[in-house]
Amino acid sequence: MHIYKADQEPAVRSLGPENLLLKGATLKNTKKINGVAVYTGMETKMALNYQGKSQKRSAVEKSINAFLLVYLCILISKAVVCTTLKYVWQSKDGQDEPWYNQKTQKEKDTNMYVKMFTDFLSFMVLFNFIIPVSMYVTVEMQKFLGSFFITWDKDFFDPEIQEGALVNTSDLNEELGQVEYVFTDKTGTLTQNNMEFIECCIDGFQYRHRDELDGFTVTDGPVSKLQQKAGLEKEELFLRALCLCHTVQVKEDGAEETPGDQVDGVDGMFPQPEEERCFIASSPDEIALVKGAMRYGFTFLGLESKNMKIKNRQNDIEEYKLLHVLNFDPVRRRMSVIVQTKSGETLLFCKGADSSIFPRVKPEEVERIRLHVERNATEGYRTLCVAFKQLSAEEYAVADTGLREARLALQDREDKLMAIYNQVETGMSLIGATAVEDRLQEEAAETMEALQGAGIKVWVLTGDKMETAKSTCYACRLFQRGTELLELTVRTLEDGRTKREDKLLELLRDYHRRAVQDAPPVKAGVTRSWSTANQEYGFIIDGATLSLLMNPPRDADACLYRNLFLQICQNSTAVLCCRMAPLQKAQIVKMVKNSKGSPITLSIGDGANDVSMILEAHVGIGVKGKEGRQAVRNSDYAIPKLKHLKKLLLAHGHLYYVRIAHLVQYFFYKNLCFILPQFLYQFFCGYSQQPLYDAAYLTMYNICFTSMPILAYSLLEQHMAIEVLLDNATLYRQIAKNAMLRWRPFLYWTVLGIFQGLMFFFGVRFLFSNPALQDNGQVFGNWSYGTIVFTVLVFTVTLKLALDTRHWTWINHFVIWGSLAFYVFFSFFWGGIIWPFLKQQRLYFVFANMLSSVSAWLVIIILILLSLLPELLLVVLRKPRGPHSRQMAAVTPLSYKHLMERY
Amino acid sequence: MKNEGETAERPDNTAFTQQRLPAWQPILSAGIVIPGFLLIGLAFIGIGVGLFLTSQTIQVLERDYTGFDKDSPCFSCTNPNTQNCTCEITIALSELFKGPIFFYYGLSNYYQNFRKYGVSKDYYQLTGDTKSFKSPQESCSPFDFDSNKNVIVPCGAIANSMFNDTFELYHIINGTKKQVPLDGKGISWWTDYNLKYRNPSFVNGSFAKAFDGTVKPINWPKPAYELDLTDQSNNGFLNQDFLVWMRRSALPEFRKLYRRITEGDYSAGLPAGNYSLTVHYNYPVLTFDGRKKVFFSNVSWMGGKNDFLGIAYLVVGSLCVVMSVVMLIVYAKFKFSDDDA
Repeated sequence: MHIYKADQEPAVRSLGPENLLLKGATLKNTKKINGVAVYTGMETKMALNYQGKSQKRSAVEKSINAFLLVYLCILISKAVVCTTLKYVWQSKDGQDEPWYNQKTQKEKDTNMYVKMFTDFLSFMVLFNFIIPVSMYVTVEMQKFLGSFFITWDKDFFDPEIQEGALVNTSDLNEELGQVEYVFTDKTGTLTQNNMEFIECCIDGFQYRHRDELDGFTVTDGPVSKLQQKAGLEKEELFLRALCLCHTVQVKEDGAEETPGDQVDGVDGMFPQPEEERCFIASSPDEIALVKGAMRYGFTFLGLESKNMKIKNRQNDIEEYKLLHVLNFDPVRRRMSVIVQTKSGETLLFCKGADSSIFPRVKPEEVERIRLHVERNATEGYRTLCVAFKQLSAEEYAVADTGLREARLALQDREDKLMAIYNQVETGMSLIGATAVEDRLQEEAAETMEALQGAGIKVWVLTGDKMETAKSTCYACRLFQRGTELLELTVRTLEDGRTKREDKLLELLRDYHRRAVQDAPPVKAGVTRSWSTANQEYGFIIDGATLSLLMNPPRDADACLYRNLFLQICQNSTAVLCCRMAPLQKAQIVKMVKNSKGSPITLSIGDGANDVSMILEAHVGIGVKGKEGRQAVRNSDYAIPKLKHLKKLLLAHGHLYYVRIAHLVQYFFYKNLCFILPQFLYQFFCGYSQQPLYDAAYLTMYNICFTSMPILAYSLLEQHMAIEVLLDNATLYRQIAKNAMLRWRPFLYWTVLGIFQGLMFFFGVRFLFSNPALQDNGQVFGNWSYGTIVFTVLVFTVTLKLALDTRHWTWINHFVIWGSLAFYVFFSFFWGGIIWPFLKQQRLYFVFANMLSSVSAWLVIIILILLSLLPELLLVVLRKPRGPHSRQMAAVTPLSYKHLMERY
Repeated sequence: MKNEGETAERPDNTAFTQQRLPAWQPILSAGIVIPGFLLIGLAFIGIGVGLFLTSQTIQVLERDYTGFDKDSPCFSCTNPNTQNCTCEITIALSELFKGPIFFYYGLSNYYQNFRKYGVSKDYYQLTGDTKSFKSPQESCSPFDFDSNKNVIVPCGAIANSMFNDTFELYHIINGTKKQVPLDGKGISWWTDYNLKYRNPSFVNGSFAKAFDGTVKPINWPKPAYELDLTDQSNNGFLNQDFLVWMRRSALPEFRKLYRRITEGDYSAGLPAGNYSLTVHYNYPVLTFDGRKKVFFSNVSWMGGKNDFLGIAYLVVGSLCVVMSVVMLIVYAKFKFSDDDA
């Protein structure tokens, strides 16, 4: 950027990422700045991140579509059968046009094929009620209203953030009951993202802060000694490094609370407790480190015009001139600062991941500290190593010019900077390491255990290093003591002498043999066998290996690699993917999503880096964590804590799935047995499209008579108590793989519908072999016939639902008995008045007359009972499930047959 | 401040929102179901026995008089050219046919439930609305206008095809014929006769004048206002035979009530002896392979003779009983093993 001022030579300044002011930034220490607007319009982060949020559709909806296709086929075949039979039947002598039913001239003139076609269409119209159009309305209503139960659930309320769960979409409620894979972020999701400085290691000596044991005072010496103490000099150097090497800013206004403020009880130890400090940093680790240093007596006071001020143990204020910040980046995995002390010394402090620091320090220093670092890593702490280097004036001059040039470079600035950074950050001496704990979320282990018990595979996708992630997995009980770990990381790949690619394949083959081929065959439908005798496998892969796996040097291998990888993963109880880039997270989710059987995936995360994975998975869950609202905004459901996932899936998801699955099946069933008698009637009315039921009944059936009970059911049903569902995670497996909407249950419902439809029609048909059904000898006509069938129908389908209802609240009672009462009332009303707008008073007193016939009553009763008999038997032969039979509910409902087999 | 926020954000802790509404959870345990099934089964068997016995006591006499066979009495009438044909069917009763007796005619392979046939009537005409005497509904076509474009009243296929065979029943006592009085009242639905259908009001004191400008249905021998000249309350659209016909049958094989035998010497039924049924054979059915029948039947509380209901109840009842026994056995077995375990 060239800057032109009236009285000065034009100056050239480079603009880099560090000059960027983000939206919402506030100006400090200056009245005005000159600015250039960059990344506007379509280049804004928001527009670039917009993935065109694809429509998420649930498995249930897919099943509905499949069923719909079947019913469409039934509809068309019914119409075709009727049309064909009509013309076959009419070809018989005298049938086409008996003298009592002559055709109009127009009908006679119509071309036969046109007539056939119109007949076909008429049949379609007549039978179209078999397609449950109203189901879509009911399903939408159920989803919309049902999702309120999630928002209302007080168990999801977190008093800390004063918020409950958030439902962004109501389309996926039932998908929560179908989850097979959970992809979880580690930081902030499994862990609290609440960093705490646990211990440090200075020059090989371990310092652990134990304020609960012997809260130390200044006189006692700020650092509690474990074994021995490192030299005071080293100690102070280390603490100064902690105080200086960061990008933390101090917000002096302590009264204002911000999320970054973590200053707590430690304040009391300081001479000036009123000076409450509030640190702001891009990473919570840095705050934890600065605070850790503060605890040991070195307080970072802030940065004032390139001068860093720290207060040392003697309460003296030391000032350092900040010369350069070598920013953190994920490739280098370290950051450095170059400062100048008062005495003119130029010092470089560097902190970073062990893997990136160790090669750059003197090897003899490494060994002492490596031990600590590795131990800390296995304990689940985030470790950083701190190194320093004294720069001579010449060295500094070289570095300084190098840095300046690189920053000004217009091309390849990144690369040039990187080169300089690497050049400067060499030959340092290691002074220590820190361990910061990221505490596990409340009940993280219980939740993970429950999910695994529910047959859900948990994959941890994290950007953290393997050791840290692994220890978190152990802490969460994702990996158990007996779990055999299969590692596929850069380290294992580089073990051998062979090439990485070959080693990869070799390892994949080896793991595949161990995890897949040698494993006992797993029964279909059961994702994981529940006997503990089986060897459980945990699989670990890192980002570098994954990218090698996804993009192998030879394209032909991609498929093979992927298959092997997926099969290993599918047979492992838990998979840990560490050092993942956000994009890789989504990649993994996508790969699993598109694998065989297209399992339902769920992603849970809290940060912006999880958004891609949240969007990619079938169900995206945002945790209302510390890292902003990005994840929450892009998620389908947001919960305050990880522990809420358990109830969300095991209770809500399970119930929603059962409800909607039953709703769908019931709708198809009730329309099938509604229309089947009408279809059968065509065989008795010369295929003339005579409707069996009155138009009012045809319309009202789905709208009024049978809609409310199923809606109430689909909102309130709890086939098992919520506590039982929560206590027995295995119950979740019962409904896995869309169990209630597969072809078998569908077939069952269809057969039931056909059976009942046949019962309704032929029961009344045999009754009408003598239509004189009243004790005054009068006969019933066709509308009486239809009304009897319809009455049986309405009562049967409603009572069928009543049989299926396991949870009778007053609302269920109200709608079920209310619907039946309404039907009776409506029929009286509809038949009791001569309606002026009707051309034909077809149902006039038909219903009342029907009720005056004892035979009609008797036939209605027996047909209802007969239709429900198979259902009743099934209910009885199933084991009872109720609140007081918890133990029984814990096992799959067994029929007597199964029980007999067992005993 | 904080408390307020809490109450605003915190979800309501009500039974409904927490899905904890008090609920009744029915458990169909064997203790309820087995006795239940047994009870239902026994009750059904009881009803079934009652129904079956009742049905057995109902006497039915059925005669096909189509004249399809050459040796049947009405064969001569099947020739479509013969006019005003009558034939006689002899009936011999060996025992008393208990009254009140209902006399039905029956048609088979006759589709009163054709859709187009079913809508081929004008309800407004039948309620005596003379406006519609001038412009019948289109659904009546092709029975709405005659060849001279006169409106047919009552229009439509149903009315046009009204059954017009008539019957007289004679008791033969010592060679002489004694007519059995047939009661044509109360054979149609009370609501049809009293509420649903209406005659047009008289014009200038004449019922026939109300039908001015209209013609009778093509197949009718006489116009609607002459259906029963002896009894005005049975005339026009309120003629009971007409009303019975207008209530369409449900199935192609049906029967309709023709008369009741309730009066005079025969109120207790038809004594044993020989009877002769004179049929005025007008209604052609052989063109569409139909059959005509007459039925004499008495009825019970369950209506006419129908064995289906009784048998159905017996079958379902015994099914329930058998199932409860099977369940008992299974349950006993299961329970014992459960106790052992």
